[in-house]
Amino acid sequence: MTGNTTIEMHGVGKRYRLGGTAAPDNLREALARGFGRRLRARQPPEESREVWALRGVDLSVPAGATLGIVGRNGAGKSTLLKILSRITDPTEGRSRVRGKVGSLLEVGTGFHPELSGRENIFLNAAILGMPRSVVARRLDDIVAFSGVERFLDTPVKRYSSGMYLRLAFAVAAHIDADVLLVDEVLAVGDAEFQRRCLGTMETIGNSGRTVVFVSHNLDAVTRLCSTALWLDAGRVRAVGPTAQVVDAYLLDATPDAGSRVFADDPAAPVALASVATHGTSGPITGRILADDPVVVDVALVLREPIPGLDLAVSVETTGGTRLLDESLSEAGPPTGPLTVAGPYMVSLTLPPLLMPGEYVLNVWIGTTYETFVWESAAGWLRLEGSHRGRPDRLLSSQGTWTVTTPEGR
Amino acid sequence: MDVAAAPWVENTPGRGRTGLDWPEVWHYRELVTFLALRDVKVRYKQAVFGLLWAVIRPLVAMAVFTVVFGRLVHAPSDGVPYVLFAFTGVIVWTLFADGLDAATTSLVSNAALITKVYFPRVTVPLAGVLPRLLDFGVSLVLLAVLLVVARRPPGPQVVLLPVVVLWCVVLAFGVGLIFATVHVRYRDAHHALGLLTQVWLFASPVAYSSSLVPPQWRWVYALNPMVGPLEGARWTLLSTPPPSVTVLLASLSTGLLAVWAGVRTFARNERRLADVI
Repeated sequence: MTGNTTIEMHGVGKRYRLGGTAAPDNLREALARGFGRRLRARQPPEESREVWALRGVDLSVPAGATLGIVGRNGAGKSTLLKILSRITDPTEGRSRVRGKVGSLLEVGTGFHPELSGRENIFLNAAILGMPRSVVARRLDDIVAFSGVERFLDTPVKRYSSGMYLRLAFAVAAHIDADVLLVDEVLAVGDAEFQRRCLGTMETIGNSGRTVVFVSHNLDAVTRLCSTALWLDAGRVRAVGPTAQVVDAYLLDATPDAGSRVFADDPAAPVALASVATHGTSGPITGRILADDPVVVDVALVLREPIPGLDLAVSVETTGGTRLLDESLSEAGPPTGPLTVAGPYMVSLTLPPLLMPGEYVLNVWIGTTYETFVWESAAGWLRLEGSHRGRPDRLLSSQGTWTVTTPEGR
Repeated sequence: MDVAAAPWVENTPGRGRTGLDWPEVWHYRELVTFLALRDVKVRYKQAVFGLLWAVIRPLVAMAVFTVVFGRLVHAPSDGVPYVLFAFTGVIVWTLFADGLDAATTSLVSNAALITKVYFPRVTVPLAGVLPRLLDFGVSLVLLAVLLVVARRPPGPQVVLLPVVVLWCVVLAFGVGLIFATVHVRYRDAHHALGLLTQVWLFASPVAYSSSLVPPQWRWVYALNPMVGPLEGARWTLLSTPPPSVTVLLASLSTGLLAVWAGVRTFARNERRLADVI
């Protein structure tokens, strides 16, 4: 077992002290407290001011694996990387890594605005632990990768933010490391840059190096990592194949994942009972793939016949842009099927139009003259999957393409 | 892949560590060079006078000392023209005081690096001290010119000048480690340091000769670790009387004690710097 692992952690914990009380922020206070402590009886330590960012973490990563770390903000993901990379020490337990460790913790760390692109390449590489001779040999590759050839001798403060990022990532992508630690590199830059980052990371992952990847982008984690670790409040909740761990994490992250139940109003002629969403491949996983059709189930109770009753489901982005507004009457006969009193289940199946992301569902029930139910944010829709390289778009029509030549050859 | 053969690198709780991993620092020597070069380049970018500033400051200090101590107080200068006497003292003192100041602030000014990347932290204060050697070199050229003009070529003992310079740099580095460690947590350290160097300057034979101190108290005076290097510098460059063995031993012992304390303080806190910076 140990023969093939590159990362091992045993009972790793990291405690941080919070606030100014536990740690005096200036010397006067520290001195005053020092004297105070001598004079007064010893006060109980302020345990409540301490926070365990990580506790009892055991981890073993085989050589060549790509491990994704998922978890909410403050779950301890970055602390874990900081301990792996030795930026900080654990409060308890031990962590060990075999081989050369490279950190890609924040693109452009250590760049100095006054220095030229070339000078920054060498400086940044030295910070990342790459010998000068190796950088000199790879300089052409790095420069070509960054695409800033013409500005190599210009101070980077004159660079556009895009150029800056590209150059920084180019250096980081060329470091020699047996174990590469990557933290949220995809949080910056435009779509093109992110695609490039992801591609490079994939190449690195396939080259037999061990990669530990922290990201909120579950799409990227799923794509890059074979194994995933789920951290929750500093503790390991799950380790295993990425798909399973990410599924479990998603289910947990959205407690009401696909469904919401509404309180019944017996006085209303029509009442909304529940709204649920699921993919066509099955509701069990709580995970809907953007490539699958999406089903929205609206359960309602009709207490009296209402002529011309219609139901509509609208889909909005979390930012409030309405993408779809589908009504039952558009599909069926004008009279509508909701004529007899009783419970109904109305299902809308949407073709795979929407790109991965989160959407808000609204439900409306009424007639041309009257609104009986208007429930905004009646449901959530979370679509997983790949952007297929275009994270900027909201919709994909999957329209058909044809190519012909004017001559009709 | 020969990863399986690579040694494990451990990260365990860093409390109670008392020494630095010097082989690792040597491994990162290129980083020290790059950080030092960056300092030099950045400091003189967009400055019209550039490196001239390295000479202007000691020149002004020398002028002030010459007027106040040379002309008004008639401070003794060991038989050397007071201008040369003061200038030599000032440039050696500047090397030490600037190095100390740079080492102290270096960690905080490189906070972004320290919290994001691993490398032996001691490279940062080390790289903070080294660029001061360049300033010193420039000042030394000016001093050489002055010596030629005054027709006072230094004696053969000038070959020992590098030892004196090394002494100053190591002392600045060692004391700097203490202040740098404190500065990470308490920014007061920098203010306190300003005060300390001001007092320390007048407690050292920069503007006056240590011959002002009664002989029986010399060794006490020499417990100030800068007395040795200052007298040594004047001896190598201006051929003043060499520092006595007592003075050398006194200064060297307190100096080494300070450096030892600095390394120890730093080593104890090195692993936690990223958390408190």
